[in-house]
Amino acid sequence: MLEISNLNVHFGVIHALKGVSLKVEEGEIVTLIGANGAGKTTTLRTISGLKKPTSGTILFNGNDITSTLPQDRVRMGISLAPEGRRIFSSLTVLENLELGAYLRRDKAEIKKDIDMVYERFPILKARRKQAAGTLSGGEQQMLAIGRALMSRPKLLCLDEPSMGLAPLLVQEIFDIIQDINQKGTTILLVEQNANMALQIANRAYVMETGTITLSGPGAELMRSEEIKKAYLGG
Amino acid sequence: MKKLADIKGIKKWVALLLTYAVVQLLVSLNIINDYIMATLTTICINIILAVSLNLITGFTGQFSLGHAGFMSIGAYTCAIIIMRYPSPVSFITGLFLGAIFAALLGFIVGLPTLRLRGDYLAIATLGMAEIIRIVFLNLDITNGAAGLFIEVQYTNWLWLFIFTTGTVILITNFINSSHGRACISIREDEIAAEAMGINTTKYKVIAFIIGAFCAGIAGALYASYFYFIKPDLFGFLKSIDILVIVVLGGLGSISGSILAAFLLALISSLLQSFPEIRMVIYAVLLIVIMLFRPQGIMGSKELSLSAFKSLGGIFERRNGGER
Repeated sequence: MLEISNLNVHFGVIHALKGVSLKVEEGEIVTLIGANGAGKTTTLRTISGLKKPTSGTILFNGNDITSTLPQDRVRMGISLAPEGRRIFSSLTVLENLELGAYLRRDKAEIKKDIDMVYERFPILKARRKQAAGTLSGGEQQMLAIGRALMSRPKLLCLDEPSMGLAPLLVQEIFDIIQDINQKGTTILLVEQNANMALQIANRAYVMETGTITLSGPGAELMRSEEIKKAYLGG
Repeated sequence: MKKLADIKGIKKWVALLLTYAVVQLLVSLNIINDYIMATLTTICINIILAVSLNLITGFTGQFSLGHAGFMSIGAYTCAIIIMRYPSPVSFITGLFLGAIFAALLGFIVGLPTLRLRGDYLAIATLGMAEIIRIVFLNLDITNGAAGLFIEVQYTNWLWLFIFTTGTVILITNFINSSHGRACISIREDEIAAEAMGINTTKYKVIAFIIGAFCAGIAGALYASYFYFIKPDLFGFLKSIDILVIVVLGGLGSISGSILAAFLLALISSLLQSFPEIRMVIYAVLLIVIMLFRPQGIMGSKELSLSAFKSLGGIFERRNGGER
């Protein structure tokens, strides 16, 4: 579904991604793990078009999308729930969800999808008229995921959905991610919480300072000594 | 539901027409003298300027310090045209031409500079306004630093009323449309807005163009009311004056801008009797208001009839409790 090859990204003189290649097949959960500053967020931003690569190609369903605009990629079915949630805090929960469907014009279907998001996250329905900035961290993350779902993505990119959440909530968010995947959405998950991410992922890539150092099925990587030492605390 | 909305709409139009008629009556009875009319004109022009800057700064979140520059384009265009061909038709032509020139400049300047954020954008727009001022200072057609005397006055209560309400209605409708929602989302979080597929550059430039267009109208109204314009009137301080109204009223509140325009005009005319310390008191008042209401008079909320109704509701409940 998504195939990135030999992607290079620069921020000024800093070489942030050094020839990154990865693949996501339809129906999978693929996770990208690694330490702070490894380039995980940059990879996602380049996939969704927020950052332009200096070289390399991005194929989505066989089409070269390397130089297309972010809005075209949203239309094609790539959606991003950005790092740090980035909800529109002075707008209401409902307005946030409506903005998630900004490019769509099918009002009746949008309404259906809002109900679908409410069904998945009942707390958002209860708070639909509330300013999004007044939600708790976990609720904001649910809103960020719900908002990203509003464009009816084929590929949902999640950037550190567990960041800053209590362990119980982390479990809940990961359950939801699995559930979204089972209903047919392919997921590319960037995480620092390697343990949780590897548990739900079909396949995983490990990033270090701009390059991919390891890849393989999630369960396999969990047993790897290297990974255990570096990311799983033992 | 639809009928109710219609009735509400009709009520609004009736209220607007009534306001116009009452003031017009007072003007023709000479109860509103020249002094009051001049204040009223300043208020209307300031409302147009503040509401349009609010679209750029308050709603779209782009910090612009160049609004007086756009205003001067409208003022000079209209002044030059009505000095050559003094007639009401050329006044309206000049006004729209000035607004269109201002909008055009907004587009040309906005496209490259709106990539900048926050204070960088503020400095770029400040530079733009200074360039405009210096161009007017050195052109022959604008008569340089001496400025232009316009012998005819076309701005009257009718035009002020039409363009002030027109601006407010235009910008309110824009804000409440899906385009307006896109602008607000840019203010809230530009990266998230982009990730939702919103073309952020496009909407920033659109806000800039509409804002510049309205500022051009305000400039034209100014030029054909106050008889005299010179480049210094549209300097950095004028841009700051407009920004003060917007911040005082509340970033992201149209009714706040309108209220603040009235309030500041009221304060400065009440202070006319203390000429020595007028500006000191004015400044102190601004500081005090900002200390106690840093979000501005209205915050990002709008004044509405339903707000009064809910206030009424509180009183009713209280009365009910006593019984």
